[in-house]
Parts: sequence; structure tokens; C-alpha cells
Amino acid sequence: MTQVIAKRTGTQTKAFSILFVAIMGAGIVFFSGHAQSAALHDAAHDMRHATGFPCH
Amino acid sequence: MLMRMLAGGLIAGFGAGLFAAVLHFAFVQELILRAELYETGELVHFGTGAGGDETVAISDNGHDHSHGDADGADSSTLARNVMTMLFTGLIYAGYGLVLASAYQVAGLFGRQISLQQGILWGIAGFASFQLAPAMGLAPELPGTTAADIALRQIWWLGTVLATGAGLALIGYGRSLPFVIGGVALLALPHVIGAPMLEGFHGIAPPELAGEFSARVLGVGLAVWALLGWLTARFAAPEAA
Repeated sequence: MTQVIAKRTGTQTKAFSILFVAIMGAGIVFFSGHAQSAALHDAAHDMRHATGFPCH
Repeated sequence: MLMRMLAGGLIAGFGAGLFAAVLHFAFVQELILRAELYETGELVHFGTGAGGDETVAISDNGHDHSHGDADGADSSTLARNVMTMLFTGLIYAGYGLVLASAYQVAGLFGRQISLQQGILWGIAGFASFQLAPAMGLAPELPGTTAADIALRQIWWLGTVLATGAGLALIGYGRSLPFVIGGVALLALPHVIGAPMLEGFHGIAPPELAGEFSARVLGVGLAVWALLGWLTARFAAPEAA
């Protein structure tokens, strides 16, 4: 019983860790690739064109 | 596990990003700069009119931002290129984290990611994030006029998600229905179709735009293959 609970908690922790890292990565991609603030757009401009993001 | 994912994903991402920056300055940047000469009107592409002698009207097509800093002093070129390097590192760091978390999901299903499989995952990431979106929205030179940015971003995101999920179903699906579902997901964004303008408004020569798209995709493939390998090396799930 304790083992089952421990295992379940372990899997939940894993799942949260994975979700956390996935959201962080996706956040970075959104921030550098898609966010439309002017300063960010100008700084990231060449990279956005060069990695195929819709830029303008 | 969290630390391995974070540290491994970031190391792999910045490593691949460095490679991407080298390839970017070797193959891609010169085409961007040349396109900006057409965008600003410094160069004019002839040959789109009937007799080939018609001057193409140069307008800024609603661009409200200023780039083309490269025309200015060396310091602004340097600043611009440093920003490009930083953001290239950053975007691949983001991809590295996404890939590291995807490897862990595979690990939850009892799949180990070998280095060779890492390369395949990298190529699948390239197909999802660059190749499939490019089939509807070809990589654009500066100065390209296209449909509403928000609509294109939504189509881009949907295509990335559908292609990634489709490839996962094809690669890891246990029976035929999974594979069929995967193929359907791959096709779906292209059946719907990317937001397009009526007519074409390019001001740079088509040869330049074609060369640019091809180089962007070639560089992307190389960098993503390395990213997949590096992420498998530094962030693959450890054997239970």
C-alpha cells in the first residue's frame, strides 16, 4: 500500500517536472519566436526569419 | 530528473544554437541583408512588368518597425549580429527543453532514447517546427507581405502540434489505427491550408526568396539533427 502510494507520488512528481520543463521550453520558443513587442521583434528579427517563424 | 532535464536540455540547446549561429552567418544572413536592400528600395527588381522595364513600386507595405540597421555604423551591425546569436541560442535552448521533456514522456512509456534515436527525434522536431509549417508559410525574406500575423501564428502553432503528434503516433503507435490517425494529423493542417493573401506582393527576386527558403530549411535540418543527438546525450531518461 505505502509502496503503491510512493510509486504514484513518484510518477506524479515526474509528470509535474516534465510539464514544468515543457512549458518553460514552449514559453521560451513563444517569447523569442512569436511575441510581437517592437523591441523584442527587432532584436529577434534575423533569427525569426532564419528559422521560419511568421515574422511581420 | 528535473535537473537532468533542465541542465541537459539547456546544454544541448545552446550547443545546437551555437552551431545554428555559425551556419546562419555562413549561409543565411547575406540573403537577409540583400533582401533588405530591395525592401528599402536601394535595389529594385526589374522583370516583373510585361516588358521587363517597369520599375516596381517600392512601398514599405505597412512595416512599422525599423530594421536595416546594418546600413549604419559597424557597431550597430555588431549589435544586430550579437542579438541574432543570442536569440538563436535562446530559441534552440527552448527547443532543447521541449525535446528533453518529450524524451522523458517517452521514458514514462518505457522507451529508452539512444543517440541514434535522438537524431531521428531531432529530424522529427525539424519536420514539426520548421518543415511542415514551411509547406504552408515558406520562410520569408524581409519585405515579404503576407496575411495577418496572428492568423499565421495560429496556423503555425496548430501545424507544429499536429505534425509532432502525428509523427509520434506513426513512430510509436502500436497498431494500424494509430498510424492512420498519425497520417491524418500530418495532413490536416495542409488540408485546412495556411492563411494566404490573394496575389503576390514580393519585392525581392523570386530566385533570392527560393534560395533563402532552401537554405533556411537545410540549416534547420542540420541543427535539429545535432540538437536531437545532444539532447539524447545530455538529457535522455536514465534506465530505470
